[in-house]
Amino acid sequence: MDGVTTTGVRAHARIAARADGRGGTLLPVLDGAGPLALRRVRSTGAEARVMVVGAMSGPLGGDRLALSASVAEGARLHVGSAAATIALPGQTGDEARYDVRLDVAEGAELHWLPEQLISAGGSDLYVTTRAELAAGAGLVLREEQVLGRAGEEPGRLTSRLTVRVAGRTVLDQELSCGPGAPGGWDGPAVLAGHRAVGQLVVVRPEFAERPVQAQALGECAVLIPLAGPAALVSAVAPDALRLRGLLDEARSLLAA
Amino acid sequence: MSRAALLVLADGRFPAGGHAHSGGAEAAVRAGRITDAAHLEDFCRGRLHTAGLVAGALAAAAVLGVDVRELDAAADARTPSPALRTAARRLGRQLLRAARASWPASELDALAREFPKGAHQPVVLGLAARAAGLGPDDAAYCAAYESVSGPATATVRLLSLDPFDATGVLARLAPAMDSVADRAVAAARRAAAEGVDALPAASGPLLEVGAEWHAAWPVRLFAS
Repeated sequence: MDGVTTTGVRAHARIAARADGRGGTLLPVLDGAGPLALRRVRSTGAEARVMVVGAMSGPLGGDRLALSASVAEGARLHVGSAAATIALPGQTGDEARYDVRLDVAEGAELHWLPEQLISAGGSDLYVTTRAELAAGAGLVLREEQVLGRAGEEPGRLTSRLTVRVAGRTVLDQELSCGPGAPGGWDGPAVLAGHRAVGQLVVVRPEFAERPVQAQALGECAVLIPLAGPAALVSAVAPDALRLRGLLDEARSLLAA
Repeated sequence: MSRAALLVLADGRFPAGGHAHSGGAEAAVRAGRITDAAHLEDFCRGRLHTAGLVAGALAAAAVLGVDVRELDAAADARTPSPALRTAARRLGRQLLRAARASWPASELDALAREFPKGAHQPVVLGLAARAAGLGPDDAAYCAAYESVSGPATATVRLLSLDPFDATGVLARLAPAMDSVADRAVAAARRAAAEGVDALPAASGPLLEVGAEWHAAWPVRLFAS
């Protein structure tokens, strides 16, 4: 049940998009909850655009937040956020959870492009993002994690990203960092002192026949074809600004 | 079971082709991220808790009889770098050849038929362990140890690091290897009950990025 309890906020925000039959997209469900307020914003063409607006700070330790978006056949949805999300310590010292669930039907397309997730000192967040796509669905998904605000030690952050297409898992990755994470997270195999890490996933039916060519984008980023109709850009950078630069460059390479 | 079979399977001299791979150490050395034994330890610790944990869980799950096609697909999803997927399949094929000669079993023959280009190495490792009469914990230990012994040996050659220092690194990682093997077996048991989504998916971004960078070099000492 949604609400504020003594241990934290329980909130589940929901978005549903469907084609209006006249080349546009309707939003029959646009239910914000807790810190996740949802606003429809102006858009051009066939897509509907939604902004996630932070209505209170969070996630805080102990919070259980969820955000679901489902895009029905033929619909186009673009979701962004008005500002970065900052994970903060709570009153109880418990872990916070943030679960994002994305469902995209055949012939539908979702652009999921939120701003950064910043892990503030002392916070403890487990975030999962799971995208479930039908065959013939399209997705552009960006995830960026920033370890600590300027000059701050990061909190504990674990982030799992799972992308499934037509019932097959094409990407399943988890990154764990910050104090208390398994050893070596800041070493040369994982982050090597970089404070921003991100991924861009692009799923397109035509990638099944014509996968992207693997390409190193410098020493800290790479564009690679996944085992399925999908491409991944994986990047680390010293800070959020330079990470966004790498991911934007890759997005223009993919025309996504 | 024969405990000595574990020593045969885990021996660096077992002819499975592992010596030609650095486990990402060559890229990390070239990038200036490994310059001494302390960096090597940090690299190995990170690799153990990411690629090592995933490999250990895949291998243990194969011993427990989880469907090998599902495990192989789960390994693909957890290995976004195509260079690393190719390396894992090549290593799998070489290991399968050595394992079939060492512990003949119809299950290994069937695996060779099903994956002519090779299955992911940890999946083959699990079936090889099973053919040798070993258990899921043995397979997980083997994978965990391989995830750090490869980079340690490679770094001795790449940096002319003192072999005593490299061995010291491996010895200091032993408690972490114990804990990774335990977590891998627990995850494999969950996967046997709930499906392969329960397998860990821990990843090291720089291992993936470095593997593609490395694969593009015209000249390199190691295959991956």
